[in-house]
Amino acid sequence: MKAIEFRDVSFSYKKGGFAISHLNFSVEEGEFVAVLGHNGSGKSTLARLCNGLLTPKAGKIFVYGEEVTDKNLFDVRKKVGIAFQNPDNQAVASVVEDDVAFGAENVGLPREEIGRRIAFALGAVGMESYRTATIARLSGGQKQRVAIAGVLALKPNVMILDESTAMLDPRGRREIVDVVKKLNKEEGIAVVLITHFMDEALLADRAIVLNRGEIVMTGDPASIFERHEELLTYNLDLPRIGKICKQLQAGGMAVPDTLDPEELAEAIARCVSSRNG
Amino acid sequence: MRIVAERLNYTYNANSPFAVHALNNVSLTIEEGEFFGIIGHTGSGKSTFVQHLNGLLRLPESKKRKRRKSKKNAPHSTILKVGDFDLTDKKTDFRALRKAVGMVFQYPEYQLFAETVEEDVAFGLKNFSEKKLTKEETAQAVREALEEVGLDYNAVKDKSPFDLSGGQKRRAAIAGVIVTKPEVLVLDEPAAGLDPLGKKELMELLHKLHREWCKTVVIVSHDMDEIAENCTRAAVFSEGRAVECLPPRELFKKTDELLSLGLDVPLTAKIARALKERGIEIDCDFTVDGFVSAVLAKGGKP
Amino acid sequence: MKDVSFGQYYPVRSFVHRADPRLKILFLIAFITAIFIAKNFYGLAVCAFVLLLAILFSRVPFLKVLRAVRGVLFLVLFTAVLNLLFRTGEKTYWDGPAVYWSWKIFSVTQEGIVESLFLVVRLILLVVCSSLLTYTTTPVSLTDGIESLLTPLKWIRFPVHELALIMSIALRFIPILMDETERVKNAQMARGADFESGNPVRRVKAVVPILIPLLLSAFRRADELGDAMDARCYSGGKKRTKYKKLRLGWRDLIVFLVGAAMVTGVVLLRIYLGWPL
Repeated sequence: MKAIEFRDVSFSYKKGGFAISHLNFSVEEGEFVAVLGHNGSGKSTLARLCNGLLTPKAGKIFVYGEEVTDKNLFDVRKKVGIAFQNPDNQAVASVVEDDVAFGAENVGLPREEIGRRIAFALGAVGMESYRTATIARLSGGQKQRVAIAGVLALKPNVMILDESTAMLDPRGRREIVDVVKKLNKEEGIAVVLITHFMDEALLADRAIVLNRGEIVMTGDPASIFERHEELLTYNLDLPRIGKICKQLQAGGMAVPDTLDPEELAEAIARCVSSRNG
Repeated sequence: MRIVAERLNYTYNANSPFAVHALNNVSLTIEEGEFFGIIGHTGSGKSTFVQHLNGLLRLPESKKRKRRKSKKNAPHSTILKVGDFDLTDKKTDFRALRKAVGMVFQYPEYQLFAETVEEDVAFGLKNFSEKKLTKEETAQAVREALEEVGLDYNAVKDKSPFDLSGGQKRRAAIAGVIVTKPEVLVLDEPAAGLDPLGKKELMELLHKLHREWCKTVVIVSHDMDEIAENCTRAAVFSEGRAVECLPPRELFKKTDELLSLGLDVPLTAKIARALKERGIEIDCDFTVDGFVSAVLAKGGKP
Repeated sequence: MKDVSFGQYYPVRSFVHRADPRLKILFLIAFITAIFIAKNFYGLAVCAFVLLLAILFSRVPFLKVLRAVRGVLFLVLFTAVLNLLFRTGEKTYWDGPAVYWSWKIFSVTQEGIVESLFLVVRLILLVVCSSLLTYTTTPVSLTDGIESLLTPLKWIRFPVHELALIMSIALRFIPILMDETERVKNAQMARGADFESGNPVRRVKAVVPILIPLLLSAFRRADELGDAMDARCYSGGKKRTKYKKLRLGWRDLIVFLVGAAMVTGVVLLRIYLGWPL
């Protein structure tokens, strides 16, 4: 079943020019999609369209087969959650559990259920032991995990991460990437990971490249990274490991295009020993 | 200007239940002409350290200086010198120091404030100049700074800085710091939040600045690949201490130590480590180019 | 990580810390009432004794509590001196002239001395008790307490929920904006801005480079927070449930009994003992 479907969707901001134009795109239930694009390519607009924070100027958006309208925003947002970029700008409360409870309170769940949801959500992001901690004292990665937990408390079917790793340090990024993988594999939640870190896209089932509000490439991440020259024209680049593979190949070493350092080391070792042996 | 720090200590909220010992006996020397990297987690003390370099954070000792004058040359005293500026001395001209040491903070575009780009870039210039500058002098300096960072003076000078694109804003903000031609330029996470191309262009800009305007460049970064590609030497901060200070070629041989500190290593070092496990030693500077040619020397076409 | 603390919460575990914030707020109100009902020093002595007990049981160092007085000392003394000079009266409390000194409208009388002393004690007690509340109660739980106490006002359509949310968000963002102010200030100082010298006009002008970035950032944060709240199904106070419930315990019973006993005692002392010695 299609969790999210865009049919010929266009959107523009007041300043003019289409942020998104004639976009057709869908996310299957349980799928992990990475959306890549340079700054200003329309990635964030796409995210905000998915759960009705923005309304398309033309075209239709469906969530689980139902068209998104003003009337069913509540239901749409229960199904499609978003975590945003800035770890500091998403929490309404100062204490972790109060903030995680916020969404569940908004939809009017009973108290006991909210308690269970908090436990579930904090467990899913590995923050159980921080239930009564003060958010201001957490690290960026932890804050961002709390923000994700706040969305999870609504038990969404789709989780959108709108550059949620962009402002984090490598440790924080790793934390979020691990959480996202787990949500997708263990909880079966569909994930739309919007990012400009190329290596994060490697985890996805499918990657989409946006450029000027249009989808210009789509396919599994490996196949996208094979089209190196094309990526460059969209102001994107290979993950560093891809670059190393290309350069080694150009230098006459028979290594495959791989995105795994161990695999590359193995291939290099084979080449070295075959030359020496 | 050579930067010398010895036995530097700093505590936030001293004498309160919230006291944080941010720097613990940090000793570090940055030579003139280096492109120096500072690595560490959030809270490792790296930002605290760089804020000392232009006197935004002052040494608590400098206040007690008078009482301790007799102990001036005691072996345990702190030393912090930037060129001829002695930062432990209260009488140091901190304005002159700040002019000589430019500081670009994280997300510098968020400090833009003036109505036009020209005015914003000129802000530091006016603050630091001893005499009143003529319009022409100001315009000339602003033009040079904007062109140095790759912006078209005539096209942007009268624009509101808030109407620029993200990447342009950051360049304009950097122009606002280098407009006084500081000898040392310190940048905290200069490439944070930029997309791959933006990052690449920014690092190119920093090298250009290093060649043409600022003798010494110090960058604080989380990105080990960035450090490996760009820096002459790098210091590793952990829990308020400077635990290592080496050129990338030696630093990233200590892969295990870095990983045990919870830090990353460049991708090249990761592959080199995996190769070492397979009995192949790669000696390189851990840049992508250096790594590739070292590998090719071992196993490319004969 | 710089100024992680704001307000003056003193983090230890104690009887007073763990008492319900509502009871503590009510106790403060009772205390203020009591010191204004008190017409003689016996009444104030009762209040002072109760306050002393409270301080002992709060485990907040005595000096720390007194430091709160230092902040308002000037104001207290100023009020007392004015009171002393303007007070006229013939009452005598000890042997000696009723009026010690007078000049035009100013005079020093026995009544004035006693009244002023009384005033000083009252104000100091007031300040100490209020700061004890803030020493022992986090801003968050203070907000919870206020919200809970205001709940009955919902009947007259007073926006209790909105008010509580505003307070909660404010508390959440105060440390963030403080940090940000520091950062922007540092950045502008690095560009040679001088906030400490010059005439008042210059100083006000010098604030502009801090104020504008700060305002812009606050708006940007508000925007993002709004999106994050919308994405978590926020739609005002209607149909909303509340996870956090304050529960009363034995400590609160004791706080209540002590408060009630104090007020009763002071009232009795006022009725049966004269004014003011």
